[in-house]
Amino acid sequence: MENQFIYWLANPGLNHFLMVSALLFALGLMAVITRRNVIMVLMGVELILNSANLNFVAFSHYTSLSLEGHMIALFVIIIASAEAAVALAIILNIYNRFRTINVDEISNLKG
Amino acid sequence: MELQLLGIGILTWIVFIPIVGMIIVLLIPDSRQDAIRWTALAVTGMQLMLAGLILRNFDRSMLGINESGSFQFVEHFNWITVDALPWIGKVEITYFLGIDGLSVLMVILTALISFVGVISSWKIGKMVKGYFALYLLLVTGMMGVFVSLDFFLFFIFWEIILLPMYFLIGIWGGPRREYAAIKFFLYTFIGSILMMLVMIALYFSIAYTDPVTGELVHTFNLLHMMNPDNLVEGSILAGINTTWRYIAWIALFVNFAIKIPLFPFHTWLPDAHVEAPTAISVILAGVLLKLGAYGLLRISFPIFPDATVYFAYMMAVLGMISIIYGAFCAMAQTDFKKLIAYSSVSHMGIVVLGIASLTTQGMVGGVFQMFNHGIITAVLFLVVGVLYDRTHKRGLTDFGGMATVMPRYTGVAIIGMFAALGLPGLNGFVSELFSFLGAFSAFRWIAIISVTGIIITAAYILWTVQRVFLGKSPEQYKNLPDLSAREMVSFAPLIMLIIMLGIYPGPTIKLMNASVSHLVDLINIGGF
Amino acid sequence: MELQLYIQLALITLALPFAGFLILIFTGKRLPRNGDWLATGLISLAFLLSLFILIAKLVWHHNETITSSLNWITLNDLMGPSSIEFGITVDNLSAILLVVVTMISMLVHFFSIGYMKGDIRYSRYFACLGLFSFSMLGIVLTNNLLLMYIFWELVGISSYLLIGHWYEKKTATNAASKAFVVNRVGDAGMFVGIMILFTSFSTFTFETIFDAISNGELPFESTGWLTAAGILIFCGAIGKSAQFPLHVWLPDAMEGPTPVSALIHAATMVAAGVYLVARVFPLLTADALLVIAYIGAVTSVIAATIAATQMDIKKVLAYSTISQLGFMIMALGVGAYAAGFMHLVTHAAFKAGLFLAAGSIIFAMHKALHKTNDHHTDAQDIRNMGGLKRKMPVTYWTFLIFTLAISGIPFTSGFLSKDEILAGTLAFGIMSGHYLLPVAAFLVAGLTAFYMFRALILTFHGEHANATRLEGVEESPKVMIIPLIILASLSVYIFYSFNPFGAASGWIFQAIERPLSIVPVAMQPISNLLFHNVVSMVHSIAMGLSILFAFSGIIFALLVYKWKKIDADRLANSMGMLYKGAFHKWYFDKVYYKVFVDGILGFVKGLHKFDDKVIDGFVNSTAGVAIHLSNISKWIDEHIVNELVTLTAWIAGYAGEQLGRLQTGKVQTYLAFMVFGFIVLFILFI
Repeated sequence: MENQFIYWLANPGLNHFLMVSALLFALGLMAVITRRNVIMVLMGVELILNSANLNFVAFSHYTSLSLEGHMIALFVIIIASAEAAVALAIILNIYNRFRTINVDEISNLKG
Repeated sequence: MELQLLGIGILTWIVFIPIVGMIIVLLIPDSRQDAIRWTALAVTGMQLMLAGLILRNFDRSMLGINESGSFQFVEHFNWITVDALPWIGKVEITYFLGIDGLSVLMVILTALISFVGVISSWKIGKMVKGYFALYLLLVTGMMGVFVSLDFFLFFIFWEIILLPMYFLIGIWGGPRREYAAIKFFLYTFIGSILMMLVMIALYFSIAYTDPVTGELVHTFNLLHMMNPDNLVEGSILAGINTTWRYIAWIALFVNFAIKIPLFPFHTWLPDAHVEAPTAISVILAGVLLKLGAYGLLRISFPIFPDATVYFAYMMAVLGMISIIYGAFCAMAQTDFKKLIAYSSVSHMGIVVLGIASLTTQGMVGGVFQMFNHGIITAVLFLVVGVLYDRTHKRGLTDFGGMATVMPRYTGVAIIGMFAALGLPGLNGFVSELFSFLGAFSAFRWIAIISVTGIIITAAYILWTVQRVFLGKSPEQYKNLPDLSAREMVSFAPLIMLIIMLGIYPGPTIKLMNASVSHLVDLINIGGF
Repeated sequence: MELQLYIQLALITLALPFAGFLILIFTGKRLPRNGDWLATGLISLAFLLSLFILIAKLVWHHNETITSSLNWITLNDLMGPSSIEFGITVDNLSAILLVVVTMISMLVHFFSIGYMKGDIRYSRYFACLGLFSFSMLGIVLTNNLLLMYIFWELVGISSYLLIGHWYEKKTATNAASKAFVVNRVGDAGMFVGIMILFTSFSTFTFETIFDAISNGELPFESTGWLTAAGILIFCGAIGKSAQFPLHVWLPDAMEGPTPVSALIHAATMVAAGVYLVARVFPLLTADALLVIAYIGAVTSVIAATIAATQMDIKKVLAYSTISQLGFMIMALGVGAYAAGFMHLVTHAAFKAGLFLAAGSIIFAMHKALHKTNDHHTDAQDIRNMGGLKRKMPVTYWTFLIFTLAISGIPFTSGFLSKDEILAGTLAFGIMSGHYLLPVAAFLVAGLTAFYMFRALILTFHGEHANATRLEGVEESPKVMIIPLIILASLSVYIFYSFNPFGAASGWIFQAIERPLSIVPVAMQPISNLLFHNVVSMVHSIAMGLSILFAFSGIIFALLVYKWKKIDADRLANSMGMLYKGAFHKWYFDKVYYKVFVDGILGFVKGLHKFDDKVIDGFVNSTAGVAIHLSNISKWIDEHIVNELVTLTAWIAGYAGEQLGRLQTGKVQTYLAFMVFGFIVLFILFI
């Protein structure tokens, strides 16, 4: 049983990548939902994005998609950086406006 | 009989010239009040001249009533025509004017009273432009009713009257003017609705076959409505002496009785009279009340001769009650205007009694009484107006001894009063005589009871004379000025007519005789 | 003489006073002397013309009736044209009255020049006299009922204007209105009578109506209606001639100037009723005539008793007039046609004379009182007079002659006519068994002599009631005295009959004959011939009785008032209720006032309330009902319809509020929901 697991662990395949990616996604989601700090939330988003990237690359490597997955991953990285820039700008604005970056206190949309 | 000016028939002129005047009045700037007054005077003056022209060219031997060939100054055009709807045939509303012996007197009365009314409105100072514009609109409405021979047209003119009257009472009236105006409006409006229902019922029940195309044409033409052959088989008003015909007659009667006004529909009149300014009271009593009796003669009688005969007794009884009741109520009044208002109820009762007799004498008396009452009551309201202008009071007990203070005025007033009392030699007597004679031959006891009305009339009129003109004059009224030239001008034609028609009524009676006896004939053929 | 000339002359006579009226009413104040000369001149001219007509008529055309008419109104009926004619007729009856009216009117005009001098409405007064004369002549001349009615009303109105001549006085205006309204009551009856006849015969002309009835046509095929028509037309006479029960206006009418009382309320207008009955006499049935006779008898008794108790000289004369008119009416009722008519003529002269004499006295009293600055003493009360004989000899002697005439003393005109009436009633009583009529007639004859002498004695004999007050009384001016003298001479028998004891041989009896009755035979009164026979049989008895009653009346009056053998007050007391009743005019005025004036005023107030509250109330309450209905619908609208709308809105709002709670405003919550939702969807669909 133990051997099997170690065997599986030693022979990385698609599932491993998917597993890591899923973990990464879960962590990212966790960060987005639970962190108070906007910066942290943003970091969580980055994690989610990277988990997606990982998926793309893994799928492109193990299936017949060849380079298309890489291509998308590259796009995502570029967009993520742009997004980070925009998001940071928003965060700066939020800070300017609310004097805080705690999302709990930024609840103007409250019904 | 054709009489045209600039290619337009004289009746169109006489009806719409006040509208032209109204437009001119509206175009004159507010500040030029005298120009407005003179315009109104000129317009009504022209109308009076046209009426004179009509009188001069009127052929007294032509019958009218239900024969289109014997109407005079006829103008007949299609106005609204809807072609051949599949299930009801052709629809037709015509612009149909014409006069006969029944209407000619009313046309003259309207023109005369309107003219006098303008003179007596001279002192109106509040919103002069609006006043005269509405006044002229009113004149158009009244004149239109008397000359239209199409029910639809008749109804339109009938309704046109309401609106200016409402504002004339409601804006230029006395302290309770809003109440009076609303009451007048609602009361007469209820009547109008009834009339409209009958009009629609008649419209669906009457259809004539177009002689050229052979189509079945529904029409509002009154003359077609009078022809029983045109009744559509199976329609609501078909047949003779049917319940629906009685109901239709009653509905029309209520409408006209409100206008007359006949007991028990009379209570709007005292309020309206008391609140209305003098000239409007003059118009109201002089012309408006005649619309009711005229409507009966023009519409109810010839279209529903069977129901007319059936209800004649009831009409006579209501006339009798009006005569006596009105006279008694007049006696109880302390307000001069209210007294005259109730005396109008009494005198219009004589009209109804006369025409209900369905005899030539009675109807001639009734129609003549309409004319005479118009003139007499106009004089009486002008008489009150003169006092009111000077003192702003019109209580019967506020005055006394006016005979010494204003002798000329008293002379005029006494002639008017005595004419109302039915003094022989003045016009009121002649028409009362004929009305009673006709009524007596038809309803003996009703006429006998009604005659007591003339005693009560004498009592309240003499009492009024005594309270206002005789006795000693109160200190503050010792120096009231006598009639001015303008007031004399407004009285003169009326007083002259009162005396002239009293002494020699022959020609005037001849004016309507042919038509009236034809109407009697028609009812007697259709009703029995 | 051409017959048409009569018509033309009569028309001119008619027109003259009317012209005077028109001229004076419009220009009177600007004329010199306010135009009294014009009015007087015109009426004098009219008098001369009518005198000429009378004489010519009697001499040349004794038995003819001249009629002319013109068309007033033509009415085209279903039956064809029917025309209403206005015409005048000159026969002996109208010719005689023409002279009577114009003569009295002329004398009154002259008298008035003196009496009304300085009056504020001098010209209006003469104008109204002209109007009156015109309308009275119209009544006399007309040949049809309608024109009769028209002039009937016109005399009423001129009487109204003249009674109310001094309209500043409340009593005068009250009297004027009362006179007119009371007359209107009678006129209304007359109007109904005219309607009955017109409806049946389609004409107003006397002749045509009489012809139709004599051809057997009856109103509504019933003799009852014919009788009714007769009585109803007589109602007009009851009003104008002040017969019971409408006699109450005449005494009040004395508020007018005294010459007016003489002309209108003694001599002419009040006699119009008698003339009317004479005119329609042929169509009166026996029943109608009996009613007429009794009304006349009752009136004359009532009025005579009242006259015997009055203190105002004009009131005495007024009641005396009523009583004498009752006499005439009674005479016509019993069929003594010519006698009744003759009494009208003779009475016109002596009663006008009495009033003018009274006017002369009042005029003198007024002047005397004015001199002493006494404005409280009643110048008409006979208790304030006395002993005026020396001061006013002419007035006294004329008054005496008039008094003798009215009392029916032989050699006066009054004797002639009264004697014939008494004989007539006696004959009628014997023939028909209605003995009450002659009894009443003789009683009244005695009473008349009594009350007239009472007035004469109290006024002229004895001492002044107040010496200083009456110091200044003097005889009236000539213009007033001369009419008195003329009238006094006309009260002598010679003008009426050369035989002082037989009116039947006089010219009036020759000229006037009772017209034949044209009603169905069963309804006819006692025939003329039979009546005449009985009258001539009882004539001497009646004459004896008449003289007896007159003298006993006079002697009684002398006993009480001149020789003071009987104390007037004790006499009054011993009469008890009888005196009290008569003194209070048998309470007619009070009862009428209570019943008609108060009663009707109360009634009309109630009716007005009814009109205001019930009828108008109904109208207003329909408005109220409409308002209530609209209030209800307003409530429904507000609370039901509107609530439904609000409810939906509220539901939406509530739901929103509840759901809004999900809206935390926190991005992370949203994200959590999103993930949760995604998971749910994932589980559900995959």
